[in-house]
This record gives sequence, C-alpha cells and structure tokens, in this order.
Amino acid sequence: MSTSSPDRRIDRVSGTALPLRGNNIDTDRIIPARYLKAITFEGLGEHVFEDDRASMPDHPFENPAYAGASILVVNENFGSGSSREHAPQALKRWGIGACVGESFSEIFLGNATTIGLPCATADAGGVERLMAATEQDPRTRMILSVAGRHVEAAGQTVPVRIPDAVREALLTGQWDATALLLDDFEAVRAVSGRLPYVTGF
Amino acid sequence: MSRRTLLQKVWDLHTVRRLPTGQTQLFIGLHLIHEVTTPQAFDMLRARGAGVAFPERTYATVDHIVPTLDQRRPFADELAEQMMAALERNCREFGIRFADLGSERQGIVHVIGPELGLTQPGLTIACGDSHTSTHGAFGAVAFGIGTSQVRDVLASQCLAIDPLKVRRITVSGALGPGVYAKDVILEIIARLGVKGGVGFAYEYGGPAIEGLSMDERMTVCNMSIEGGARAGYVNPDETTFRYLAGRPFAPAGDAFERAKQWWASMASDDGAPYDDEVQIDGDAIEPRVTWGINPGQSVGVSERIPDPRAAASEKAEGQAEAEARVDAGAVDEALAFMGFAAGAPIAGTKVDVAFVGSCTNSRLTDLREAARVVRGQRVAPHVRALAVPGSKAVRQAAEAEGLHEVFLEAGFEWRGAGCSMCLAMNPDRLNGREVCASSSNRNFKGRQGSPTGRTLLMSPAMVAAAAVSGEVTDVRQMLD
Repeated sequence: MSTSSPDRRIDRVSGTALPLRGNNIDTDRIIPARYLKAITFEGLGEHVFEDDRASMPDHPFENPAYAGASILVVNENFGSGSSREHAPQALKRWGIGACVGESFSEIFLGNATTIGLPCATADAGGVERLMAATEQDPRTRMILSVAGRHVEAAGQTVPVRIPDAVREALLTGQWDATALLLDDFEAVRAVSGRLPYVTGF
Repeated sequence: MSRRTLLQKVWDLHTVRRLPTGQTQLFIGLHLIHEVTTPQAFDMLRARGAGVAFPERTYATVDHIVPTLDQRRPFADELAEQMMAALERNCREFGIRFADLGSERQGIVHVIGPELGLTQPGLTIACGDSHTSTHGAFGAVAFGIGTSQVRDVLASQCLAIDPLKVRRITVSGALGPGVYAKDVILEIIARLGVKGGVGFAYEYGGPAIEGLSMDERMTVCNMSIEGGARAGYVNPDETTFRYLAGRPFAPAGDAFERAKQWWASMASDDGAPYDDEVQIDGDAIEPRVTWGINPGQSVGVSERIPDPRAAASEKAEGQAEAEARVDAGAVDEALAFMGFAAGAPIAGTKVDVAFVGSCTNSRLTDLREAARVVRGQRVAPHVRALAVPGSKAVRQAAEAEGLHEVFLEAGFEWRGAGCSMCLAMNPDRLNGREVCASSSNRNFKGRQGSPTGRTLLMSPAMVAAAAVSGEVTDVRQMLD
C-alpha cells in the first residue's frame, strides 16, 4: 500500500536562514571523509563544514547570528562530488530543514529528498535577494512553501522550482521510497524474470 | 522500432513501473556494496524487519578503510575495525557474497566488479559511491547512490529515480604518445564544466574512445560524475567482449556467444536521438594537470594557470564581463588555497607526494604506464611516492610482470589494495600543505586527508614523471 504518511508530510519549512556563498561546494567540504568512519549517522551535525569553519573564522556556520537557522541558501552545484549521504545528514542534524539554491548536484538532491530535506532551486537573482535579506538581518524569517513553490522573506516572494516527483513525495510524506518500491513486488519479479542476464541468456 | 540509445534500451528493459510520484521504479541488475555507505542501510532494514530481496544480485567488498601496510585484525584504527566488523556481520546475516580481506578477490569496488566479470553490458548497476559511473565503460547504466537508497535497493532491488538525458561526446582522432584516458576526461570536464553534466548521462564515442582499452574506458567513465553526470558509458564492442571472456562471473561457452549477441544489440542505434552532442578533437589533447580545487580546473602541461583578469580585459562588456567576474572569484579562491600565481606555468610546480592509485587509475595498464616512466630512475629525494594497486588481482598480475620491483627500485612504496590516499580514510594521507601529484579523481580542499593539503590530478604516467623529477613535468619528454 502506498498510502501517504500524514506525520511525514512536508508542505513548508520556516525559520531563519543561513546564506552560504560560493559555487561547487562539494560534499568533502560539507563533511570531511574522516567522519564517514562510523557505523551510524549520529553526531555528524557538529562536524558540518568542520575544515572550512576552522580555516575561515567568518564562515556563516561559525557566525552566532545564524545559529538556529532552518533554511540554507546556496549558489550553484551545491553538494557536488561524493555520494555520501552523510552530507545532507550532517546538515539536517545541525538543524537545517530545507535548502534553497541556484542548483544542486543530482546525487545530493536525491539523498536530501530521501531523508526529507527539501531542496528548491531559484534563479540567481532570487537567491541573491534571499542572501542579501538574511545578511542584512539574520533574524529575517523565511518560509519555503513546498506546496506553493515559493520562498517568502522580508516582504518578498521568490518563486522556486521543485521537481514534480520531489514535491509530490514531500507533500504526501513518501520521501522514503522503500514502501513504495515494495508495493508491487510481483512486478519487480516479472522484470527480473525477463532479463537475459538473470535467465542465463 | 524507433532508434534508441543504449541508455534508453537499458532503462526501458529495467523499468518496473511509473511511480505515483512520477519517478521511474528501476530494477537494479547488480548492487555493489562496501563498508562506508552500508552499515546504516542495514540497520534501517533491520529496524523495519525487512530483508534483502535479491541477495544473489548483491556483491560486497571492503576498500575505503583498508590499511595498505598492516592488514592484521583487529585494525589499529578502532573505527575502521567497527566498520569492517559491521560489513562482515551484515553479509553473513543477509547471505551476501563478500570479497573480504582474506579473499583473493578483494579490492576497490570499481576495480573488482569489472575484473570478476560481474560488470557486464546492458545491466543497471548501483553502489553507494559516486564513482559507480566507472562501470559504464562496459555499456552498463551505472550510478552512485546514497545510504537510504542503498537501503531501498537492498529491500527491493529497485530505485525510485528520474530518467536521464543523454549527451553524446564524440572524441575524434587518436591520442598522442604520453596522452591517456585521464587527459581526455580532464579535457572534457574543463570544456563542459563540473556541473555541465547535471541531468545527463554521458555517452563517450568516436575513434579516440573506441581505440581505448577497457582499463582506459573505465578511467573516462569513472570521472563522469566530476563533470556532474551521474552516469557515463561507452557502447559495448569487441574490446568489451574480449575483456569479459573467461572472467569468473561472465557467462561461459554457448551462453557467452548468446550473451555477446545480446550485448551488441544493446549498443546505441545509428541515428539514435541525443539530447545534446559535443565534439572533441582527440589529436589536440595534451597531458593535463589540475591547478585548482575542482576537477574542472585543469590546463595542458604546456599551458599556464589561468589569469582571470587578463582574460576579463579581453572580453566584451555586459554579460560576458559579469561571467568573467564570477569566474575570477572561483579562480581567486582556488589560487589562494593552492598558493599558486595566476599566469604561472603549471610545469615546474614542486610536488611533495606522488600517488598512483584509486578507482580512476589503479589497474594493471595504469601501473604499467607509470612503471615505464620510473624504470631505471629514482624518485626525487624530497618526494614520498606510493603505488597502490586497485585490487589483489591487479597487485598479483603486476608482481608477475615484475612491476613491483620497478617501483621499489625507484623508491616508490608498493602497497596493498585499497582506496588509500584518494580520500584518506585509511592511514595514507597528506600532511599539512603538501602538494600531491595524484592519479585519483578529486582535488577538493582537504580531500587527501589534510585540510590544507593540495592535490594535482593527472595521469599515472604524469604522476610517475612528477615523482622522478620532483615537479610537474611533461611526461612526453621522458618517454622515448
């Protein structure tokens, strides 16, 4: 049964925001590989961007003004590189509930979605307005509407894109796909049974 | 029947159904797993009381955390030991085949899949590692996934995924002496950018690609993800079939002949529609070296590190200028981290470490090419040099040819198989601001284990040349 999961539905994320400027911020920077040496995701939150924070005292994740932020605002190709789910896990465990950016790497986007961390894209001008609003006043309250596909902040509304499948998954609470994929297991067996490499050519 | 690309054929064949969310439920023909991205996935399975749907379509090995010097158990690194033990327990509990440290089949997951014949044309392949694109070299559709998706594949042998577009990249001509697959893919990424491939699978073809060995095709496909493309592939041909013949998990006898027919039928049809097409002149590619902090930031070894200000002043006003300013920011950040000067030649850059290894370039032909350069030479006194075979089988084959002696006599260390200094999850790592000539795939900040360490990506032969001369050197000058 692929019924929706009411308690997991995500139709909006709200709170203060954290602007993180720069393109191609890779997952090695979000969570250095040494923190992948673990058999759980526990405790990853405190190590998010650890090396960048150590080398850049003005890193936004170090800035107390952004403590408690829920929405991460980024530029292009955020989350490129390694497929480590540890990256969105670390962000989520730090307290991030949604990301808004110019673009995301595909694997990062898939990983974030599957743990219920919405990633919405906006054009460069929209992202700049959101970053500027938050930099001007870190207390600026931001609302990402998954249903309405827009972000509201400081009296402005910025339209965002969320792929239909992702939006549907978030709105119905089916972002964890396992149940959905097991829904019609006979169909899975049927596909397996027609594959030449399964049947011995 | 309409003309289709390999990607479309494989996709159609493996589609279970369209999900209510609009995504495709895609059957995964081969699921490769390793110690880093699976322990949480197995725990999630257990928490749901779920099992592994198709354990016979799953194969495990250990690679990222493996010490390449002292492999006695328990490992000195307690966390590494925990991960190893978790994978052993999970494979035992769920009936999954495991090429563990005691097995002759152990090695980097993207090296052993192909060499065991698990990787075959026409398959869908998933693994919790972004370099799964490597397996596309065989005409498989292969991509990296995260841990929750590993859980999905374990539980259902399926993924919920959006279809990919296909960009055909045709490389004409032939590669010159001293120019390798690594240089081709670095050129492609420099041209199309590190996010140019988002939403695409890259189909590599043309004479310069068709002329590559399977090892080299794997190098090209391996770094598809560095260009943003989740998957990359080469259409299967006689080179592919010859490689697979006689491999442990490849079909044998009559089945091999039938398989060959089917594999060939999965190649893209002539005149198949592509979403985008790009031409690259293979004759013009020279050995390449990265100078920055992402794999798109590379130049030919005879070239200079870019100077965005010089470039910007030549550009027209308006949009182009705005773009150039953005580039200048990225270049400034990279050069500040690397400590390099804009406009300086890349050749002559001093290196402290030389690393031949990783899922990109640790196969037998990679080691042969590096050994060809170091034979009879000495590693420069200030350079620490490591040769790390991608698998036990590669190591044995290399030793059978005496390559280990060539490396050892030159002053390289000859190590056990694993991911090693590509990402430093084992004891092999850079110290401080060391500069590493590396045959791996990522020059990200901190990638090789020191937050301030610096990585220059290049071919294994170029790494060997840098090891011997102590600085970035055009390997073509060292080959006769």
